[in-house]
Amino acid sequence: MASLTVEIVTGEQVVYQKDDVSMVVAPGADGSLGILPNHAPLVTLLHGGELRVKSGAGEEALLVNGGFLEVVNNKVVVLADTAERASDIDVERAEAARRSAEEALRNRGETQDIEEAQQALQLAAVRLRVARNRRNRGQERPAG
Amino acid sequence: MASPREIRRRIRGVRNMSQITRAIQMVAATKMRRAQERSTASRPYSERLREFIADLSSQQMDAEELRQYPLLEDRPVNTAGMILITPDRGLTGALNGNLIRRGVRFIREDAGVPTKVIAVGKKGRDFMTRTDQDLIADFTGLGDGPSLDDIRPIAQIAIQEFLTGSVDSVHLVYPKFVNTLTQTPEVVQILPIVRPEGDEAQDVNYIFEPDAPTVLNEILPRYVEVLLYQAVLETVASFYSAQMVAMRNATDNAKELAEDLDLSLNKARQAQITNEVAEISAGANAFRVD
Repeated sequence: MASLTVEIVTGEQVVYQKDDVSMVVAPGADGSLGILPNHAPLVTLLHGGELRVKSGAGEEALLVNGGFLEVVNNKVVVLADTAERASDIDVERAEAARRSAEEALRNRGETQDIEEAQQALQLAAVRLRVARNRRNRGQERPAG
Repeated sequence: MASPREIRRRIRGVRNMSQITRAIQMVAATKMRRAQERSTASRPYSERLREFIADLSSQQMDAEELRQYPLLEDRPVNTAGMILITPDRGLTGALNGNLIRRGVRFIREDAGVPTKVIAVGKKGRDFMTRTDQDLIADFTGLGDGPSLDDIRPIAQIAIQEFLTGSVDSVHLVYPKFVNTLTQTPEVVQILPIVRPEGDEAQDVNYIFEPDAPTVLNEILPRYVEVLLYQAVLETVASFYSAQMVAMRNATDNAKELAEDLDLSLNKARQAQITNEVAEISAGANAFRVD
């Protein structure tokens, strides 16, 4: 059976690489999309969110933020602005980042970087969501 | 000839200096290796991106279509833009000088029109302010391992200047890392974007989400960012390798100098002893009664 090759790359490094993948679920710009082997060539922008990679019985989750995804010849290439494995997310730090971003947005008068603070807030929220999803799933299927 | 005491002092000075240059050399060697790793690690992204843009833009575009992608617009150059990337620090032999000279040559010859300058790195900025060039922005203190996020503002300014028509092209001038011994100033056009040519022209009919112009217009600025990012990383690698080589030469020269001084010290000491002996025997001779 055909399978997918997945590569997730950021400007700084190759974050993730895997062969024999049966399905990828990505946060596309027009909503979540699932990619199975033999998918038609596709290019889509990505929203911040969770990207799930299924192979065999296992499943891995990664956070991606911004960038885009290309599917061609059973090869999925993600060029993300930010990407990290769900297991690498530091929940406490993400929580702190969210608080400081919210703080910055409340004191609008002083800060000129509203856009920046909003982006930081969004990224922190996505991070927390991905980390939380992982924990919930972990409880249901401890062997996962 | 200098007195032995004076020569001894100079030897001490030279030895101290060689210790310092050797220390800088060691540090530079380590940091060079790390900078090279970083530059290598970022390569997959830019290569993918290049393939990608080659794929997407391989289809012939007519003028109507091209207008949707302002970053590709080729227009007569009335005002040029240059991003000069230099290290923040010196002790790099000829690297900084060559780089700045290349930048000046770009303004005078390659561009031949009024040129606005964005300086990345202290050395280039200092030169540009000293010679009163049209400096529109400067970025210093990026450190050894900047992230893509640190570079983004530079790309944004360049893109903004280009889109508002304040400049009609943007070139990068940076020290290309050829190998440890060789770094050459390199000039690369980043705006308008030179469409890369695909090695094997795959003619793939992509599905675009949301649509082709939106996707390509998201991708193109990222290409500018990553070209810039790689140039900055390469500058760091070039800086440390140039510094390492310069400091190795300095250490070798100091060693040679110390050896020469050792020799003259011995000679001076010998001459002094000979002198003293001659004086004593002359004195003894004076008292001799035949």
